[in-house]
Amino acid sequence: MNDPITQTIQGVPLNYYLWLSTALFVIGVLGVLYRRNAIIIFMCIELMLNAVNLLMVAFSAYHGDGAGQVFVFFIMAVAAAEVAVGLAILIIIYHNTRSTDINVLNKLKW
Amino acid sequence: MTLYVFYFLSFLAVLSALMVVFSKNPVYSVLYLVITFFCVGGHYLILSAEFLFAVHIIVYAGAIMVLFLYVIMLLNLNQDTEPQKRTLYKFAAVISGCLLMLVLVGALKGAESAQLVFGKQTHIGTVQILGKMLFSEFLLPFEVVSLLLLAAMVGAVMLGKTPMERLQNAEKSKESDLKTRNLKTLPNE
Repeated sequence: MNDPITQTIQGVPLNYYLWLSTALFVIGVLGVLYRRNAIIIFMCIELMLNAVNLLMVAFSAYHGDGAGQVFVFFIMAVAAAEVAVGLAILIIIYHNTRSTDINVLNKLKW
Repeated sequence: MTLYVFYFLSFLAVLSALMVVFSKNPVYSVLYLVITFFCVGGHYLILSAEFLFAVHIIVYAGAIMVLFLYVIMLLNLNQDTEPQKRTLYKFAAVISGCLLMLVLVGALKGAESAQLVFGKQTHIGTVQILGKMLFSEFLLPFEVVSLLLLAAMVGAVMLGKTPMERLQNAEKSKESDLKTRNLKTLPNE
């Protein structure tokens, strides 16, 4: 019973992680809606991914199943790939339009 | 004790996440995002997921944030004069964020009474256990992820190559522009 995870499970209810992840995810969504700078929008997407990761690790630790943590590892790899390609696209956009304002990129707007 | 650590880390994480959204300078946003990532890493540590803590710090704070900072430096975005949305849109964004929060809280409120089935293993976040899972049960996804990273690297290099040529062409045309302008202006002087 002196295991650190047992202490954590006894000390912190799982609901608290649920609320924290919800708050972080909503802040990410708010940032995507609130800002016009494409880099900030990328950061907010990272924030949302982190909220989901945190919840998955919490469920995995409380449930005693390692598969959730392996999934989080894969999500991190996908996030790294996404950021690399996304920032490269962003640099091209900046070279073409001289700004990172997403309102300039309205060619696909219906 | 762990509850207080949890409260502290959560408060810091939410506060710095809000500062990411609301600070005007993109460089400050990145730095606040680093604080948020470290707080999430602290949460991994109190959930005793040590392997994920190490990976999280290396990948997010070490690689992704440096990439963000490099891009902001390359694009020279460190001014406060960046495009802002209209007040109406900002208001609508805050309202819809609050509504989403309301919906999620309403949906998750029933989860409080749900009973958790605890597994037999208590300490699963070590490198040994996760490594065994990664190389036996999840071997195929692991290889696919390596392919994905390779594809992303090739894609990023390909995307990054073209503007450099365009930039050199632009510089060449600028130089030739200057030459012709000098030729034009010199006789006048």
